[in-house]
Amino acid sequence: MDLDNFMLMRDEILLTVIILMMLVAEVLLSQKNKKYVIQLGLVLFAGYTFQSFIPNETGELFGGSYKTYPLVHLFKAILAFGVMMILLQSVTWIKEKLLPYDFAAEFFILIFSSLIGLNFMVSAGDFLMFYLGLELSTMPIIALTAFEFWNHRSVEAGVKYIMLASVSSAILLFGVSLVYATAGSIQFDVITGAMHLPLLEIIGLIMIFIGVGFKISLVPFHFWAADVYEGAPTVISNYLSVISKGGAVYVLMTLLFIVFKAFQTEWNWIMYGISILTMLIGNLFALRQQNMKRFLAFSSVAQAGFILLAMLSNNELGVKAIIYFLLIYIFSNVAAFGVVQVISLKTGKENIDDYTGLYRTNPKLSLVLMIALFSLAGIPPVAGFFAKFFLYAAAASKGYYLLIFIAVLNVTISLYYYLLPVRAAFLRTSENPIPYFKSDIYSKMAFVIAMVGLLVLGLYSGVFEYISGMSNIL
Amino acid sequence: MIEGVTLFEIMSLTTILFFIGIYGFLTRTNLIAMLMSLELMVNAEAINFVAINKYLSPTVMQGQIFSLFIIALAAAETALALAIILHLYRLTKTVDVKEVKELKY
Repeated sequence: MDLDNFMLMRDEILLTVIILMMLVAEVLLSQKNKKYVIQLGLVLFAGYTFQSFIPNETGELFGGSYKTYPLVHLFKAILAFGVMMILLQSVTWIKEKLLPYDFAAEFFILIFSSLIGLNFMVSAGDFLMFYLGLELSTMPIIALTAFEFWNHRSVEAGVKYIMLASVSSAILLFGVSLVYATAGSIQFDVITGAMHLPLLEIIGLIMIFIGVGFKISLVPFHFWAADVYEGAPTVISNYLSVISKGGAVYVLMTLLFIVFKAFQTEWNWIMYGISILTMLIGNLFALRQQNMKRFLAFSSVAQAGFILLAMLSNNELGVKAIIYFLLIYIFSNVAAFGVVQVISLKTGKENIDDYTGLYRTNPKLSLVLMIALFSLAGIPPVAGFFAKFFLYAAAASKGYYLLIFIAVLNVTISLYYYLLPVRAAFLRTSENPIPYFKSDIYSKMAFVIAMVGLLVLGLYSGVFEYISGMSNIL
Repeated sequence: MIEGVTLFEIMSLTTILFFIGIYGFLTRTNLIAMLMSLELMVNAEAINFVAINKYLSPTVMQGQIFSLFIIALAAAETALALAIILHLYRLTKTVDVKEVKELKY
């Protein structure tokens, strides 16, 4: 273990250092200066985000437990970028709700711990590291879900989340133990080449799939999503819907494409069914939602179905399409949740009907909402269209034309409900619309980044080419 | 390794234990009892890992180390769950899941 080896995992080490610095700052700052913790956290994390875009080398540590290669490093950078935008949006919430209770530093520490967990999870080389990363990424977020402990809804969401998350991780662990029993090892490379009792391994695969599918909120395991997203602070719903879902999608790709490569025909059928179910049920439930957070929760369930579409292709194009989709999904969902966040903080209103006439009072905010929702729906000038297009292309490369047809039908359904808030904001007039207000500078920064990202990525293909040029996990 | 006991018997025991845990989790309405069922499931897995390690690949210690981590993480999970349940109790004076119903359609 020398310096070169350490440089391989510099993301995780830097995050640990940042967490320690936040802890020290929390202790040293006097009560009067506590609010500077927010600026400190933002500046440190911005530095981390910048350095994470510098490419890293390929290599492995701890006897193959930890693996890193350019693509996974790029993915970590994308996650860090998403977290940066979420942190920018959360500043007002922290100032209003957490500073009076002196919880600002804890918020940053918990969210950074969760990001470390995700980083370890996506670059795991064996099941132990994978499991530790999964738990480390989930548990701080559960604590944050129940962070508004004076608020009944938040605590209830926390209880629901921790009970279901623990059960799903217990099921996942049982699956891992079955795979360990048949392959005799927990290392991914060894398991790939050692299959003794296929039936037991398939049961293990299904159980592991349940555990990861819970994090991605695929359909039979999606019941927690709407409740937790609605009850949790909006910042945390945002984190859950983009960052922790994105990390779990990447690790599911690693598991299916590398570890369970031998069972490709079996898991293809599972994924085929679950993809259709996820798209359909996510869409149908989103149709009837009134609360914006629940609505975005079900829309993110439906988006997970589209991600599975590309995973069926099981080739390089699929991996690249999914990473590109996740990048754009982060931009659009962060913007959409950000609008909900600023409005609910200012006025306490979260329903779609409350947005009636928003364009006349807050034109910029409603434009952001419109572009974000158009991108989620996949309407051409915005980046979301190309993200979905590459997902279809990946599925078409293996000839799943019927599935693509079903997906296109689902996009048509989803157009209806994505346009509902837009119609309320632009075409309707209301007696008492949400009054004009100025968002804070940090939220504005996050909105500008997201809008520039969505419009530029929609017109400029360089980013997808850059991702395509990366070496692959396959 | 235990004389006269095969791996099949141990794994049958842990599988039964696991599904008792699932059954308890699904049927109990008290949150503390649900946590106990959860503990049953996790412990079944810890036994599983140790037994598989000892019977099938005794030279490499992967399974036993895994079970150590499982025990530690289960403790952390329970602590977090109990803390949240305590907050719920302060707000609603109940730990029954049927009373926890503010968030639904």
